[in-house]
Formats: sequence, structure tokens, C-alpha cells
Amino acid sequence: MFPIVGLGLVGAGCSGPLSALDPAGPAAGGIFTLMSVLLALATLSFVVIFGLFLLALRRNRGHSVSLRLFLIGGGLVFPLSLLTVATVYAVVLGERITGARETPALTVEATAQQWRWQFTRQMPSGSVSRTDILDIPAGRTVAVMVSSDDVIHSFWVPRLGGKIDAIPGTRNRILIRADVPGRYGGVCAEFCGVGHTQMSFAVVAHDAAAWDRLEQGGQP
Amino acid sequence: MSALKLHGELDAIWGVPRGWRGVLTSVNHSDLGIRFMVAAGIYFCIGGLLAMLIRAQLATPRSAFVGPEIYNQIFTMHGSLMMFMFAIPFFEGLAMYMLPKLLGSRDLAFPRLSAFGWWCYLFGGFILLVAMGLGVAPDGGWFMYTPLASKTYTPGINADVWLLGITFVEVSAVCASIEITVSVLKLRAPGMSLGKMPIFAWYILVTALMMVVGFPPLILASTLLEIERAFGWPFFDPQRGGNPLLWQHLFWLFGHPEVYIIFLPAAGVVSTVLPVMVRHPLLGYGWIVGSILVLGFFSFGLWVHHMFATGIPHLALALFSVASALVAVPSVVQLFAWLATMWAGRPQMRLPMLYIAGFFFTFLLGGLTGVMLAMVPFNWQVHDTAFVTAHLHYVLVGGFVFPMLAGLYYWLPRLAARRSHPLLGQLAFWLIFVGFNATFLVMHLTGLLGMPRRVSTYESGLGWEWLNLFSSIGSFVMTFGFATVVIDVGLAIAFGRRSSRNPWRASTLEWAMPIPAPSYNFASLPHVESREPLDRHHRLARSLAQGEGYLGRGRCGLRETTGVDMISGEVTEVVILPGNSGLPIVTALTLGVFFLSLLLGVYWLAPAALLAVTALAWRWASALGAQADLGALPIGLGQAVPPHHEAKDAPGWWGSIFALITDATFFASLLFGYAFLATVGPGWPPPQLAQPSLAATVVVFLAALAAFLAERSALTAAQNGRLQDATRAYAGAFGALLFGLLALLAFGWLGLPSPRDHAYGAVTWMLVGYGSVHGFVALVMLAFVMRRIGTGHVSPARLLEPRIVRLWLHYTLFAMLLGLVAIAIPGAASWRW
Repeated sequence: MFPIVGLGLVGAGCSGPLSALDPAGPAAGGIFTLMSVLLALATLSFVVIFGLFLLALRRNRGHSVSLRLFLIGGGLVFPLSLLTVATVYAVVLGERITGARETPALTVEATAQQWRWQFTRQMPSGSVSRTDILDIPAGRTVAVMVSSDDVIHSFWVPRLGGKIDAIPGTRNRILIRADVPGRYGGVCAEFCGVGHTQMSFAVVAHDAAAWDRLEQGGQP
Repeated sequence: MSALKLHGELDAIWGVPRGWRGVLTSVNHSDLGIRFMVAAGIYFCIGGLLAMLIRAQLATPRSAFVGPEIYNQIFTMHGSLMMFMFAIPFFEGLAMYMLPKLLGSRDLAFPRLSAFGWWCYLFGGFILLVAMGLGVAPDGGWFMYTPLASKTYTPGINADVWLLGITFVEVSAVCASIEITVSVLKLRAPGMSLGKMPIFAWYILVTALMMVVGFPPLILASTLLEIERAFGWPFFDPQRGGNPLLWQHLFWLFGHPEVYIIFLPAAGVVSTVLPVMVRHPLLGYGWIVGSILVLGFFSFGLWVHHMFATGIPHLALALFSVASALVAVPSVVQLFAWLATMWAGRPQMRLPMLYIAGFFFTFLLGGLTGVMLAMVPFNWQVHDTAFVTAHLHYVLVGGFVFPMLAGLYYWLPRLAARRSHPLLGQLAFWLIFVGFNATFLVMHLTGLLGMPRRVSTYESGLGWEWLNLFSSIGSFVMTFGFATVVIDVGLAIAFGRRSSRNPWRASTLEWAMPIPAPSYNFASLPHVESREPLDRHHRLARSLAQGEGYLGRGRCGLRETTGVDMISGEVTEVVILPGNSGLPIVTALTLGVFFLSLLLGVYWLAPAALLAVTALAWRWASALGAQADLGALPIGLGQAVPPHHEAKDAPGWWGSIFALITDATFFASLLFGYAFLATVGPGWPPPQLAQPSLAATVVVFLAALAAFLAERSALTAAQNGRLQDATRAYAGAFGALLFGLLALLAFGWLGLPSPRDHAYGAVTWMLVGYGSVHGFVALVMLAFVMRRIGTGHVSPARLLEPRIVRLWLHYTLFAMLLGLVAIAIPGAASWRW
């Protein structure tokens, strides 16, 4: 199945506007690499275990088996070694993505409501607020402080990184960075009522010149 | 005695009246097990039809088949029905039907409880179905996150239908968990030690134990949310000190073990059927038992992996990530034990084995994507997308439906006395297998391309069109497959050729009885000396039918089966089971009145219904026991043991222990909620703390002490045969406890802030309420035991009831005092008289 998905990725083109397989920033890129490694390990496990199953089906006379080989080798050593690799890699990557030591270039407030997003940033010219569009400078790390005015929503821009929930009474932080200027689709990922489907937004990454104009109070 | 005459004698004792009377009063485990499975099968069909509506809606972009209001009800009901009305009841039914037969027993430990659970399940399901018919079905997703499910954002009755309907159904799950645990531990054939139990019983035992502690957090969460919705106590409202994440913690504290609660029985079917199909005994029995114990234990430490995107610090997530990865290991151990068994045996590709192959393929993929999801950064990306939908269907269909179909075809001769034609079953398999993978394999990719869960429509141009269409086509193929199974089984029951008694040449006891199963299962009970009793005694079935085993004749019209030492399996008592009764259905109906009164907002009726339930429980308990000491009863094969109410470890004793564990888990979850809100709830510390009244506190403590001592002397007096002294001391305990209960209520009244202003007040009132309800129940029990002394049901040899009352009383006193301490210590700054 994993080879089939792999083929699907190549064949179908994985570059939709909301595709996690077409990363455009370091977080999404790191996760894409992690996914590839996990897929490889999963494929290996699947081939070994299901292969053994198919081979065993073809046996028509009983054999003595080494229970120790099956249970300790197959049941313990085999999964534990693969899981160790995967987990260590994932934890290190997770630390990098959450970037505890990184200082973001800009902090933006993202407030979710049924069923829209309000993005607010402090500019030299005062506070600027836009609905359903989040302006960021390309190539720089932006901290988005995510909260909600009513029910739980979730902030997700697949091409830039993972998601973080917008929870009333809580402010959650997520770091995003778009490597190149452009428009990146975002959606509410947590079911939030009848308007859930329509609760999409866009992240617009501006090049340096355009961002300067915005900072001066210009219109996008 | 001839087998036929013995059959007549036992059937007169164990049989069920003909017609409606029998339907309404039967407590027979075979009847009830089949009813559970049939009803669960019907709910599977309803859930499947809802899934078809979902796939019809999503087949094309911008579909206008149904609007979001209806669509939200459809997917919520699909998930809720499949989880709560299909998967759990189906395996409960299988366990109820199969366990006594596998364990060499005549019924389960608490037959009326099985029947009560059945009626609760049926009536609770009706609430959901009627709501769906009226268009007011739950619409907040099957995990009902707050605040979306709170009154402000779901003002209608929809959420209440879920909270009350599902809780009503969970009453049945809790009953089943206690029933099954005690039955596996106590009601086995003599000689069957734990190590000689069929492996299926181990799986079901671990599952039932997980249910004992797995369901209370969800029941608590539902209770709190319903109280918030009905009376405005703000447990989850962040503006008044509540926290919406408390719901998620409690829900997934149940919800993650739930996945294993569903998987383990199915794995038990694989461990039972696969060795028969490969003609070799199961290898690695001890390893498997160890790995399912580990699995059951660890599954309670993973719930946070459903909450990786909620903003919990990453290093805390990493801990749960490691645990979630490690929990794969016991499953891999099982896979390799099965592989080793296949390797050692000579596999035959008969129909059940085909479905097991489907299980291997599907479940393995689900497990592997599960490990991927356990990795935090990857989870951030695919959480709440179609990838997760695909994953969970691989786990649940692969890990439950395929093995259960294998089990269905394997046990069809046992259940229906008929055999199906393998061709139709094979066709069904390929339709399901191909259809399933067509639906869900591509859905992984849909999720990676950014499609969130639970969207009712989508735009074209996102790369999702052909994937969704492909999934929808696949799902219709799969539906044809399931329809073929239904037709196949129907044809087999109607026209199939009669099965021989042991068609697969299996070696477990369920094949050592006539087909179809008689009401009493075994005309006499075997002495079990190995895990495969049928191997050594080819004549076992006939000799049991002729009454050559234990309890091979009727005695005074009593329903008798053997109770054994939990570990060694040595026979310790004759368990006398209650007969057919209308009490289960009447009690379930009365409980239904309670739930309906809450649902419809007729609140004055709710306490009345609960009082009626209490009165019925009194009658329920009165029907048991004996008014004279019977001493050791001969049970055949030269042995004699006392009846269970004269034995130390009676099933009722252990039933009480496990019921208390359930209850204590509920209480612990409440204390967890209190601590959670106090640590992370926004708006804490609360504006107004409790001002505990010292006088009331002291009275509660003294009254508890007095009740404790009075009960002690009462039981001692009963042990020594001074029954009048005992009654008097029980009356003292009753008085003291009543005083303590009133003081506890006064403590709340005098010192606690309003439960509506802040979550603190709400939680502390919950603690007082918990203690008070238990105080009330303990009072009823003390009164009951006094009455039983009066009617001659208690003697120095028959102390089961006083001992159980002691257990409950001690727990009640503990809960009352712990609740007080939990309230009073943080508020100690402002003590007053």
C-alpha cells in the first residue's frame, strides 16, 4: 500500500493549494521529510510481517519453529529498534519546530470566531486587523498567537506547517515561515459547527519591498 | 440417567417460557448474547447507511445533497452508532454467548444483570434513533467537544440526546464489564485454572477489566456536561473558571482505552480461530497473556495523543508520543505469536482464515499509520484530516470487523446450527476487502492534500476530486460486500445444511454440547485438565450429556453451576443463579423514565424515577439468598461444596468489589477534574472560596466514626449468632450515618459558594453531592440488611450480605470524608463555626 501511495504522490501531483506534500516553509518541510522516513519504515515493517504471513500460508506440513526467534526477535527487537529511530527523530524535529529558543520577527494575534479568522498585528502606524487574511513577511519567522472567542477551532496552513487549536480562554503559539512570497491556503481543522466548512483563510507572504510598504501603513 | 431424561429435567429448570413472556423475562445468556449481536448488527447496518450518505455527499465537489445541519447529524450519528451501538455491544453479545460455553459453565454470574444491560442498551438506542427520525440527532461530532456542545452553541436538544442516550447505553456496558469480569474469574468448570483458560477468556477478561475503569471518566464527563447544560454549572465554560480541555482529557481517558477495548476481543477471536485453521495449538500462550495485560495497562497512558494540537508543551507531548509508540510492541508480539503458530502448523484457506488474512493486511496498515500518528510533528500536520479518518477505519474495520466476520463464519454452526456455502462468503470477502481498501487507502492521500475531517462540501481545484470519487465508489462496493454477508447468513439459517457437532475439529468446550445449545449449556460440567479439553476426551460431549460430570442432575429446581477458586480453578462453591424475571425490563424502563425526564426537562420526575429504581433494586436483592444453612452439597464425582451464599468468595462479593472500582474511578476522575481546573483553569483562584463550617465538619467526622464502629459491632454480633444485637447495632449505624449525611449537606449549604457562578463552586458541590448520594445508598443498604436479618436470611454461615454492606459502607465513609478534605483544605484560611 505504501508504494501505491508513493506512486499516487508522484502520479497525482501533490501540489494542491492545501497540500502538506508541497511544503513551502521549514516546519512543513521538516515534517515532510519525517513523513518520508516514517513511510519507509512502515513499508519495511509491512513487507516483513505480511510477507511472513503469505509465506506461512503456503506451508503445508508443520515445521518446528524457534519461538524465541519469532517472539523476541520479531515481537520485541524488530519493532523496538524501528520505533526508537522514529521517535528520537520525531522528538528532535518537534523541538526544532516549536523553536523555544527562536526569536520571531513578528507576532500576530489570530482570533477565531464562528466562522471567521481575525488577524491583528501591531505596526508602527498602529494596530492593523484583517479578516481571513494573514499578512506576513516572506523568509522570516512569525509567531501566531491563536485564540478563540467562542468554540474550539484549529489554525492550519498545510504548506507552512502543522496545526494548533484555537481554544477559548487560552492563547496558543505556533511559528510559521514562508520561504518565498505567495499566497498559502489555510483552513479551520477542528469541527466548529455549521459554518466549519467555510472557515478558510489565506496567508499572504510579501516580499521585502511590499512588506515595507505595509509597515508604512500602505494597503496590500 | 439417560441423556434425554436429564435434558427434560434440566430444561424445566433453565428453560424460558414460550412467547412474549419468555422474550420479556429471559435471563439466559445465549438468548441475550444473540439479541445483543443481532441488535448490534442492525445498528451496524444503520451506521453503514449513514456512511453511504456521507460518501454520496462527498463524491463530488460542491455537492448540495444535504446541507451542513443534516450532514453534521449524519457523521455524528455514524461515529456514535458504530462505536457505542455496534462495536461494544457486539463483542459484549459475543462474550455473553460464548464465555459460559468456553468456560464450561451454565450461565454468567449475574443473569438478571445481563438482561438489565440488554434492555438499557435497547431503550438507550431508541432515544438516539427517535431523535434521528425527528431530525434532532446529536450534531457535535462523536466526541462532542465543548464549548461547541455547550448550551450556548448547541441550544437545542441534540447534545442532550447524545449525553443522556449514550450514558443510558453505557449503563449496559458497565453492567457487562462487571458481569464478564466476575464470570471469567469465578464461574468456570472445576479444574480450569487461569493458565488453562481458553485464550479468548483471557482477552475478554482484560477487556472487561479495562471497561471497569475505562467507562467512568466518560460517564463523569457526560454527567458534568449535562449538568452544565441543564443547570448552568460551569465546568467547561472558560468565562466562569471552567476549561473546555477538561472535556477532552476525560473523553480521551475513556476514548483511547476504548480503541483497545474494541480491538482486544477481536484479537481474541483471531487467537481462537487461527490455531484451528492452521491445525496447530496456539504458540506463545503466556506471551500473549502477558502482552494483552501490558496493552491493557498502557492504553490508559496514551490519551493525550488525541490532543497533540491543543498547545500542551512539546516535551510533555514527547512523553505521550513515546508511550504511544511503545504500545505497538505488545500488538507486534501477538502478530508474531500468530505467525509462529502458522509457521508450525498446516494452514488451510477456509472461509474464516480468509477473513483473518483480511485482518492481517488491514490491521497491520492501521497499526503502522497509528505509529506515524504517534509522532508529534507528523500528527500536527495530519491531525483532524481525512488521513486520521482513514487510519481509524483501518484500525477499527481491520482490527474489529474482519476478525468478527471470521468469528461469525467460524461460530455460525455453533450459533445457528447451520453451515453456509463458502462461495458466497468468499465473494463477500473480496467485495469488502477491495471496497474497503479502495475507500480508505486513497483517503490517506486526500488528508495529506489538506482535506479536513467533517467538512460537508469542498471546492474543486484542490486535487481532491478523483480521490473522493474513488473513495465513494469503493465504499459502495464495500456495502455490497456487507449486504452479501447478510444474505449469506440469512440463506444459511434458512436453507443451510445442518452442521455436525464439531465441524472444525476444534478443541474448546463450546463444541462439547448439542447444537443448538440447550438452555443449560452442559447437562453436567466437565473436569478440565488442559487448555484443549476436547483433544484428550473424544467422548467428552456424550459423557457430559449423560450427566457423568459435575452437577449432573436437577436439585430442587435450582439453577446450579460451579464456582471455582479464581487462580487454581478448584471448585469452591455451588453458585445458585436466579431464574427468569421481569425485574430487569421493569428496572430498565424505570431508569429510562429517569433519562427521559432529564432529556425533556421534566426535572421533578427524575428523583421520583430514581427512588423507584431504588425500590426495584431492593426487590432485586431480596430474591436471592436462603433462609436456612444448607452446608456442603454433593456435586457429583465424590465432591461436596457449600452454596455460594455460604462461601467466602461468592460472585456477589467480587461483583461488589468491581462495582466499587468503577465507582471509585468515577470519583478519582472527579478529583482529577478538580485538580485540573485548579491548576490550569482560566479564572482561578476563584473569587470566592468555601468557608467551611467547623461544626458541620466535626459532626460529619464523628458520625462517620460512629457509623463505622456500630457496623463493626453489628457484623461481629451476626458472626456470633446474636442477631438481635446485630439488628440493634445496624440501627445505630443507620442513625449515625443519617446524621452524618445531614451534616454533610449542612456543610455544603453553610460553606460553599453557588455552583453557578464559578467552576469551583460547581466542582465542590459535585463532591458534596457524590458523598450524599453514596450516603443515601448506604442507608438503604443498612435498612436492607436489617430487614434480611428479620426474614432469616442472615446467619453466622450466611454473612454474604452483611459483608457486602460493610464494603459499601466503608467506601461511602471514605468518599464522604475525602470529599470534605478536598474541599476544606484549600479553603482552610476562612474556617468558621
